[in-house]
Order: sequence, then C-alpha cells, then structure tokens
Amino acid sequence: MAEEKFDACVVGAGPAGIAAALTLARGGADVIVLERGSAPGTKNVMGGILYRKMLQDLVPDFWKEAPIERPIAEEQAWLTSGENVVKLGFRSEAFAKEPYNSFSVLRARFDPWFAQQAEKAGAMLINETTVLDVIKEDGQVVGVRTDRKEGDVYADVVIAGDGAISWLSKKAGLQPDRPFPAEHLVVGCKEVIELPREVIEQRFNLKDNAGMSIELFGDVLRGNAGYAFLYTNKESLSLGLGVMLNDLMRTKQKPYELLDVLKAHPAVAPLIKDGEVREYAAKMIPEGGYPALPHLYGPGILVAGDAAMMTNAAHREGSNLAMEAGKLAGRAVLEAKARRDFSAASLARYEKLLEQSFVLKDLRRYRKLPHFIAQSGEMLTVYPAMANMLAERFLTVSGMPKGEEQLAMLKETLRMRPLPRLIGDTWRALRAML
Amino acid sequence: MKADEKVTVEEKLGLVRFKHGKESHLSVIAEDVCVRCEGKWCTTICPAHVYEWSPEQNKVIVNWENCLETGACITGCPYANIQFQYPKGGKGVEFRYG
Repeated sequence: MAEEKFDACVVGAGPAGIAAALTLARGGADVIVLERGSAPGTKNVMGGILYRKMLQDLVPDFWKEAPIERPIAEEQAWLTSGENVVKLGFRSEAFAKEPYNSFSVLRARFDPWFAQQAEKAGAMLINETTVLDVIKEDGQVVGVRTDRKEGDVYADVVIAGDGAISWLSKKAGLQPDRPFPAEHLVVGCKEVIELPREVIEQRFNLKDNAGMSIELFGDVLRGNAGYAFLYTNKESLSLGLGVMLNDLMRTKQKPYELLDVLKAHPAVAPLIKDGEVREYAAKMIPEGGYPALPHLYGPGILVAGDAAMMTNAAHREGSNLAMEAGKLAGRAVLEAKARRDFSAASLARYEKLLEQSFVLKDLRRYRKLPHFIAQSGEMLTVYPAMANMLAERFLTVSGMPKGEEQLAMLKETLRMRPLPRLIGDTWRALRAML
Repeated sequence: MKADEKVTVEEKLGLVRFKHGKESHLSVIAEDVCVRCEGKWCTTICPAHVYEWSPEQNKVIVNWENCLETGACITGCPYANIQFQYPKGGKGVEFRYG
C-alpha cells in the first residue's frame, strides 16, 4: 500500500487504537491506523457508559466538543424477581456538573470524533482495510498484511487494538491460536430506542441534559449470569443486556429473546413505551480477566483494549481501560523509538507502565472475579429474589404480629439460601473483589 | 418499529445497515459434524440468528447476510466447525448508533 515504513501501525480505530495513535502522533511519530469499517465506529458497539477521567487525560475538556450523549447524574441498580423490583440508586448534583464522572455514548457517533483527534495530531487513518496477518522477519513483527492490493504495511511496531476476537494477537503468538473459552466471554445485544427529549427527561426525572443509568440484575436474565442495562441518551435509550456465553450454551436461550423479556418487564415497558426502535446491535465482551490476559508484548508488537481482555465487569469498565492502555502503548513505543530498539525486551516497558497504572493493578485485584461470575449464575438470581421477598414482607401489612413476621422472613431467607451457603457466598464475593 | 411491538429478530435486523460483498465470510466446515452435533448451539447463541437448522436439508443454513460480526459462533461451536473471517474492508455490518 505504502512504500514508506511507519514508526507504528495501529490496527483498529477503537478506543485503544486511537489513544495509542494520538499519543504517538503527538510524540512526533509517523503512525498509520488501519480500520476495517468504512469509518471508525461502524463496527463498534458498547452498552454505552464512557468514564471521563482517562479521555480527559488525552483530550482536556473533551465534553465541550465531543459527541457524547448525556453526563450521568443518577445511577440505579434494579434487583428483579418476577414482576417485582428492589431499586437502589445514587444521584449526585456534582456528577451533573463539569467535569462530570461519566457519559452515555453512542459509539458510531463518538468514535469518528475520537479518531479525528488523532488525525489532527498527524496520524494517518485508512478505512475499509481488513488486516489479515502480521508480517514477520526473523521472528520480529515488521508489519501487517491487509486485504488491499499490494496491501502490506511496514512499521517498527504493530499495535493490535483489533477487538474482542483479536486474530492479530493470536497470529503474532501473543495468545494461543484457538477460540477463547465460553466462560471468558459475554454476549451482549441492545436496541437503541428513540424518544423525544422531553419524554425522556420526564420519565427519568432528569433536567438540563443530565442522564441516568440503570443496571438490572436477577430474574429478568432468566438464570444467565450477567446484567441488563438501560441508559438515557439525548433523544434515545440504550436498552440491552450481556450474559456469559457458557450460560447461554447451558440454558439454550437466545440473546434477542432475553432482550424481549427485558422489554416486556412491567418496570421497563412504561419507560420505552411509544419509542421507535432505530437499531439492533450486538457485541462480544472478553471478560476472562487477569488469568486470561495474553502476552501484552512481543518483538515488534503490543496488544491493548478488548484484544487484550482489558475489561472490569464489576465496574462496567472497558473503553476507559482501552484508552489508558492505548496511551501507555503509545508512550512505550515512543521510548522504544528513542532507543531504536523494538525487541520484546525493549517493548516490555509497556507492561511495566501498565503495572504502574490502574489497568493491571485493578485486573490483578479482581483476578478471581471472572471465575466467580462464571460460576454464580444461580446466585445472581437467588439474592435479588431474596431482596424482593424481604422488601415485600416488610412492606405488607398483613395483620400478622411483627415478631412472627420477622421470624417468617428469617425462615424464608434461610430456605432460599441455607446459612453455610450464605456465609460461603459472602466470603467468595469479598475475596473476588478485595 | 415500535419498542413494544413483538417482532422477530429478522425484523430487528431489518433496521441494521449492511454493505454486503458477494461472498460469505462465514461457512460451516463439515456438514456431517452438524448432523451429529447434539446441541446445535450455533442456532441459539448467535445474537443475529445467522445459523438455522434445516430438518428438510439436514444441515445448518448460514444466513451470513445477518452477521453482526460478534464472533460468538467461533467459541459457541464446540467442534470448531465454523469458519469465520472478518468481511473484506468496508463490507459487512455498518452500525449507525453502535
């Protein structure tokens, strides 16, 4: 494609790839970004929450110009059981003001803007280019083969930000060249449902473009480990769910049928009523966590973002980890460039930087969490059901004396989960996150 | 399509923009493996219902034009019997919201 040789070739114009390209271009490196879609974002889907901090480090005050939807001022967790819901929530006036905490985002709108920042800094973006393989010389990655005519691209370093499947990191030998196990993957699907701005603000009790996020747990997922979500955009809602692939294979339920169950739930249906469905989308999320991380670097190659399993399910984090990792990948390559050394030993600096950052610290801290979630489909139904049972009995005035009622609540709790299991579950949940 | 309408996934996929090439980027490697497959998981796990079991034809039909490119089928087929490549550059699904 190009005769010249680049300092870096970034594969994938997502959060990881663009953060890397932006960092490199600003550092004076010649960087090319290859994107298989017709534009950045056309292949990209997420539930829809983007945290502010990591992007702010790259583009100060980005919310003033970036196509974000709404700053999230209220967060709710809904524990569902049958038609009942226990709702927990946190509303913050500070979250509704600059610099904000997080935003709802539609990726097909956000990603082109983010890519533009890298282009403005001097990165070259080439769309409609699918990367087929790495090019190696004496074991060193020296470029990539694309599906374009004469489409070999040469670079000192390749940064694989090619998403959840990441064939590139597999072909480069950074992880085994076989499918990821089902217990490391989440399958997500969602609908974008259009509603007038005033209707959204009325239904969710919002004003001044502030937004709400709702995560739903329990019965509504029909026994599959995972959660559902409802996020407010400017003039639409993102409604969807993500469940473990191993559970989907066990329960033989279809993702879109689970989405229909969610839409019909009596607590959800009134919120989406009269809305116009604009798009149905799906994505796979790699949630193997720390034990499943690939080698993060090799001779002439680095991997970041979804391609490197960088997600934190407990905190709904992914795009922010990708941006941080992309930034650090860019920094490591700039240092390698200054040394004129692109060997694995030189690029190991990337892992060092990740270890000093929250990216690897958090992934390591939560290393038991993916296994815990993969094994806890049942718990994710039992405990929301228990919360609803307790709430219902507490709030019902039945004529039963309170002392008897409390005893009945305790008995019912222990019937749903005997004491040794209650203690065991608590212990394992704490150990997975602390 | 109204949010409370009961529709099939095929109707939902009608809302999605695609730019298709001529060739499928997906294929079943060996059809006899599907005949023996006890779970036919590809027909249930794929969020785009790309794979459909046809009792008449005794094989899995691949509706590759519906593919949202998640890659779930790669893991979801326990016999590694599905060949999945990304579509050619610029082809395939094109999300407008994402």
